Amino acid sequence: MIRYTKDHEYVRVSNDVGTVGLSKHAVEQLGDIVFVSVKNVGTVLDVGTEAGVVESIKTASDIFSPVRGEIIEINQSILDKPELLCEDPENDSWLFKVRITDLSALDALMSEDEYMNFI
Amino acid sequence: MKKTPLYDFHQRHGGKIVDFAGYALPVQYDKGIISEHLHTRNGASLFDISHMGHLFLDTDHSTSSLEYIMPIDLNILPVGRGTISFFTSVDGGIRDDLMIAQIPAKKRSQCFYMVVNASQKHNDYAHLELFFKKEELTILDDRALVALQGPKAEKVLREVFPNFTEEMFYLDVRILGLDFGANTGEDYIIISRSGYTGEDGFEISLPNNKAEAIVEKIVSHPDAAPAGLGARDSLRLECGLCLHGHDIDRKTTPVEARLEGLMKKRRKENGGFIGHSVIQRQMKYGTERVRVGLFPEGRSPIREGVELLSERGESVGRITSGTFSPTLQRPISMGYINTEYAEPGTKVVALLRGSPVNMIVTTLPFVPLRFKRKVVR
Repeated sequence: MIRYTKDHEYVRVSNDVGTVGLSKHAVEQLGDIVFVSVKNVGTVLDVGTEAGVVESIKTASDIFSPVRGEIIEINQSILDKPELLCEDPENDSWLFKVRITDLSALDALMSEDEYMNFI
Repeated sequence: MKKTPLYDFHQRHGGKIVDFAGYALPVQYDKGIISEHLHTRNGASLFDISHMGHLFLDTDHSTSSLEYIMPIDLNILPVGRGTISFFTSVDGGIRDDLMIAQIPAKKRSQCFYMVVNASQKHNDYAHLELFFKKEELTILDDRALVALQGPKAEKVLREVFPNFTEEMFYLDVRILGLDFGANTGEDYIIISRSGYTGEDGFEISLPNNKAEAIVEKIVSHPDAAPAGLGARDSLRLECGLCLHGHDIDRKTTPVEARLEGLMKKRRKENGGFIGHSVIQRQMKYGTERVRVGLFPEGRSPIREGVELLSERGESVGRITSGTFSPTLQRPISMGYINTEYAEPGTKVVALLRGSPVNMIVTTLPFVPLRFKRKVVR
C-alpha cells in the first residue's frame, strides 16, 4: 500500500514499517539534487515533523514525516550520492524507514489515484 | 506572464517554464541545470534573455547627461566599443547595472546601445527620460535578445554563419546583417562580445520575427545547446558576478560591492556623476561592510537571506546569493560582511535550519573569468 501527502512525500506501508521518500513528481520539480539529509536512526517523528531536507541546485525542500513512529533505517546510498534520488525515487531511492505507531493516521493521506489527480 | 518571441522554441526543446520578472522563460531544459551549466563551461549554450531591456539613445549631449548618470568615460568609448557600468543613485547606490556601447550615429551626433536588467528596466527608462527627451530614446521591445556563451561560442557562430568574419574582442559591439555579415538590408542584428556567465560569448539582439529561425540554426550546431536561466544563475555566481536586486541594489554602493574597477579613472577622481561624493568618501575611508565569497563547510548550499554570525555570536553579515557549484562540486555563497571579518580565511557561522554551519571567507571569483579581451601591447 502506498500513500501520499500534499507535500509530496510518499509512504509505502508493509505491516507496521513505512518506507518514506519523495514522489517522482516532486523530484522532477526539484531538478538536480545536490544534497540530502535525514534525521538519525532512533529519532521519533510525529505526523508533519521535519524529518530531513532535500536541496536541489535551485532550492531547499523540507521533508515532513507522513506518519508517526521511530526511524529504524536510513538510505545511506542516497545521502552519499544525492544525485541518485532522481533515478527511482518511489522505489530504490527511498529516504528512510519508520516503525509506524499509529496506522490509522494513514487514512488521512491520499491514495495513488487521489495523488495523481492532486498533481 | 509575457511570452518572448522564443516561447515556442522553449516548448519544442523541453524547457521548464517559470516566471522570470513577468516573462515565461525556461529555468532549465530536459538535461537539467548542472548539465547545462557544465555544457556552458565546455561548449556553447544559448540563453533567451529577451526579458532584459535594450534600447538606442540618439543624442547630441551625451557627455553632459550620460556622464552625469553613470561613471563612464566617453573619451575612451569609441564607436564599436562597450563598457559595463551602472546608474548611480544620490546616496551612491546602484540603481541598475548595465552595458553601454557606442554604435554608428544615425539621427543625431552620437548613438548608444544599452542593455539593462529585466527587473529594473521600467525604472531605468523613466530615469533616462529625466535626462533625455523621449524622442532620443528607442526602446527595442520589438526585438529578441539571446546570449551564446561558452568557449566554443565563437566557433559555433563562425561555422553556422560563414559570413561572420568581423573580428571582435570582449565588449566590442557591431551592427550586422541577419547572416552575421555586413549590414545591407532593412533587418539587422546587434552583436556584442559579452555575457554574464564568466565565459567568452556573444549577446545578440534580433528582430522578433527572425529570432526563432536564427536561434534554431545556432542550436543545430553539434557544439551548441539551449540552456535555461537556472544555469545562468549558477554560472554567474561561480564567477562572482552580481545579480541586481540580490547582490547589489540601490542601497549598495560600488565600493561596498567591490566594483570600483568598473568606474573609470577620470570619473573616480573628478566626479561629476550622481552620488560621487558618497562614493569618493567611501573610496578614501572604506566602508563598514564589503562583498565577499564564502565557502560553507559540508554539502548544503547556504542561500540568500541567511545571517552570518561571528564565532562569538554577533551578527556580522548576510548571504545574498548561494548555490551548489557544478564546476567545483561544492556549495558556494556570496554576501556582505563587516569589513573586519572580510579577510580571506576568516571563519564565520551561518544558521541553517537552526543548526550552525561554518563558513570561510574567500576571494571572488570562485571560477576564473574567461573573457576574450584584446591584448594591448
